[in-house]
Amino acid sequence: MKNYDVIVIGGGPAGLSAAFEASKSELKVLLIERDKCLGGILNQCIHTGFGVQIFKEELTGPEYAERYIDLIEQSNAEVLLNSMVVEIDKVDRKITVMSEYQGRLTFTYTALILAMGCRERSRGSVIIPGTRPAGVFTAGAAQYYTNIMGDKIGENIFILGSGDIGLIMARRMTLEGSKVLGVAEIQSFSSGLNRNIVQCLEDFEIPLYLNHTVVEIHGDTRIEGVTISKVDENYKPIEGTQQYISCDTLLLSVGLIPENELTRAAGISIDGKTKGPVINQEMETNVKGIFACGNVAQVHDLVDFVTLEGARAGRNALKYVLRYFQNRNLTIEKESESRKELNQEIGINISNQFLMVSPQVLKRELLDVSQEDFQVMLRVSNPMEKGKIIMYVDGVKFKQFDKKFLTPGESIHLKLSLSTLPNTANNLMFELTEV
Amino acid sequence: MYDVAIIGAGVVGTLIARSLAKYELKIIILDKENDVACGATKANSALIHAGYDAPFDSLRGQLNAKGNELYTQLSKELNFSFERIGSLVLGEGSEDYKTLERLYENGIKLNIPGLKLIDREELALMEPGVNVKFQHALYAPTAGITEPWEVAIAACENAMDNGVELRLNYAVNSIKKDNFKYRINDEIETKLVINCAGIYADYIYSLISPNQDRVKLSARRGQYYLLDKSASNIVKHILFTCPTEKGKGTIISPTAHGNIIIGPNSEQVQKDDTSTTFTGLFEVLGKARKMISEVPVELNIANFSGIRAEPSTRDFIIEESNEKRFVNVAGIKSPGLSSAPAIAEYVTDLVLQIYQRESWVVEKNKVFSPLRKARYHFASLSSDKQEHLIKLDPRFAHIICRCETISEAEIVDAIHRNCGAKTINGVKRRVRPGAGRCQGGFCGPKIIDILSRELNIDRTKVEHERGGSYPIMKERKYEKL
Repeated sequence: MKNYDVIVIGGGPAGLSAAFEASKSELKVLLIERDKCLGGILNQCIHTGFGVQIFKEELTGPEYAERYIDLIEQSNAEVLLNSMVVEIDKVDRKITVMSEYQGRLTFTYTALILAMGCRERSRGSVIIPGTRPAGVFTAGAAQYYTNIMGDKIGENIFILGSGDIGLIMARRMTLEGSKVLGVAEIQSFSSGLNRNIVQCLEDFEIPLYLNHTVVEIHGDTRIEGVTISKVDENYKPIEGTQQYISCDTLLLSVGLIPENELTRAAGISIDGKTKGPVINQEMETNVKGIFACGNVAQVHDLVDFVTLEGARAGRNALKYVLRYFQNRNLTIEKESESRKELNQEIGINISNQFLMVSPQVLKRELLDVSQEDFQVMLRVSNPMEKGKIIMYVDGVKFKQFDKKFLTPGESIHLKLSLSTLPNTANNLMFELTEV
Repeated sequence: MYDVAIIGAGVVGTLIARSLAKYELKIIILDKENDVACGATKANSALIHAGYDAPFDSLRGQLNAKGNELYTQLSKELNFSFERIGSLVLGEGSEDYKTLERLYENGIKLNIPGLKLIDREELALMEPGVNVKFQHALYAPTAGITEPWEVAIAACENAMDNGVELRLNYAVNSIKKDNFKYRINDEIETKLVINCAGIYADYIYSLISPNQDRVKLSARRGQYYLLDKSASNIVKHILFTCPTEKGKGTIISPTAHGNIIIGPNSEQVQKDDTSTTFTGLFEVLGKARKMISEVPVELNIANFSGIRAEPSTRDFIIEESNEKRFVNVAGIKSPGLSSAPAIAEYVTDLVLQIYQRESWVVEKNKVFSPLRKARYHFASLSSDKQEHLIKLDPRFAHIICRCETISEAEIVDAIHRNCGAKTINGVKRRVRPGAGRCQGGFCGPKIIDILSRELNIDRTKVEHERGGSYPIMKERKYEKL
């Protein structure tokens, strides 16, 4: 059994960034990746648009990944590829790994960073009646077949859901020579980035059917068509608006969910809204020494934010390890108990005009005292041209943020500082009203 | 020349084959699909009924009671999962209570063990989530859960290990009688035919007896929800709504792998219509919500529907037909899965009687082994066992399916056994990659690669489910400069 100071699970953008930050020290850092190379889903995202925030240029997914893979290669972090973590033992701070070429391995850690990313919602999670033929793919799986395997998966394609991957795949399949017949979106707006609607649909004259969904899948062996229908405000199909579209492929882009099998099994609290672990502003979960970042914590709109979150997790994991060794006599349980007594945590709540907020708790006793400033990331439930976000502290109005062009597809980042909050603060609440 | 040809490789056909393999008989199983267990066997409630429901004086009643009993030993011999978690039929008012009493009395006549009528208090202790309006329940401790397709696959594998042949992708289109033999598709010669063709058993019988009116089947479709494992705490037992004319009611139950299954409804449909509909699914959900108020439908991972063969006689038809040595095993509606092991014994006796009548000699198969090698279930093994297996085959350490933690070695094993997997869903049914919450989103491409490599077929020829259901249309051949 090998011992590490920091172990990072997942070699996508979050994990790469976290491992790189943590390795800016003498600490022993291990980055574990399931696939045969680092980069995660970025490797199949061969379109551009990555890195605008961080690098001020438009990179492809593999290019973006490469920048961080290069950093990791030059760092003192160790990398273990083709290896999947199957168990976290939070009591003994130990993980079990199945490694394709090295067999069953166990490692101990002082700090652990979860960076497993997310997965796609499938046909079952949206409930599409009909038959169950071949040719129904999640958009990400279609992207894998197309970009990584070099397969042709369909000739006449219909897409359900206008999330970013769906939009990207509409363009990608068109460029591959397939005919994309349309994109149906059950909501009255697309949850994808605006630039993707323009560049992936409008530029290729692909129709976007808003307030529409697929109500039936047809075909015995291979899909032969779909019935789409207009829906009312409760997403119920409207009788008489059904339309049959003949197609041999249906792509589903109906949402992403943080991949928290390991997190859940380890008994880490999950937030009902993000579906990721409950985290504080230092990216730490409710289990001391276990951090989470990137899409495993909450599904992000841009990879740049994933990278920044990863860096924050890496930096704080590093601080955590240093502090852990300083205060070795203090047991972890005692530490957390005393923290509770002192009311060191501030809860963050949202009104239902918001889909989610991250972090969900703030801690006062920081690992990294230089990080007084933090960001609250919010997602709105419905598009709004102009809105004001009011922040309450313990029920009293504290601050107002005026925002324009709010859409569920794009996250809102509010800059705050811990030192400006009153010492007695117990609870933050964010509300949104249209202006 | 075969002694017995079994038409239909569902749970009934495969268990009959396995049972007959205990004798020195040359047996072949024929099925039109590309895998076994592709009809009613793969899409049903996946439970073994205790046996109180079907009338005590019917074949269904007797064979269910017997079949349930046989599952204990069968599951040990064939190494499939089976757990007696017990069932509860929920009763609301006095009308329901009468039904529960009727079921109880029927069950007592069939010697169903442990049957008990319980009151609200006891019910609440057993299932705290059950709606308060249910004041009574019939508890049957011997009801159990299993994986129906795995029962058939295991039976077929064990039958093949004992010399039975299996021919898939083989539709039977003609059966001719020629003195003491039958000729199937002018090709396969056999002394006996056993017709276990499920919903198509009437068609198969008509091939030899065009004017028959004994086997008349209509298709009853039931639709289902399958919920993610994180919903597993909603019920601990199999919950039934009170039975009606149409069937044993709708269930909410844990599955053998810790998911939750909800269904079915009952609709008259065309024989091959296994689609799901909004109407049907809402009906099922409505019934489930009557049993427990909080049904976490947002945790749904798949919907499916299955067809039950409803015979005009309302009871199983298991008999030598008017055509001598042509045995019909038809109209095996619910509780068909529960009865299947007993049906296999019943049919074996029938075959032996026919042999005796015809003065043919049949010996016991002295080398018959009832044991089928267990699958590995690598993830659930102890660390020592895992390390031991990895030494034997390093592919155990290569995890292919994230959701269910399935290794490459388990998948390869599932492909290369007798009655091995040949399709993506075939792999899924045997060892579960794709059965989890991502529904094959991540592992699908890898399963295609493994099937292509192990079966030595092109990736574009790997099928999703039925013959011809190819996910990949074409492999692009980029020209190398």
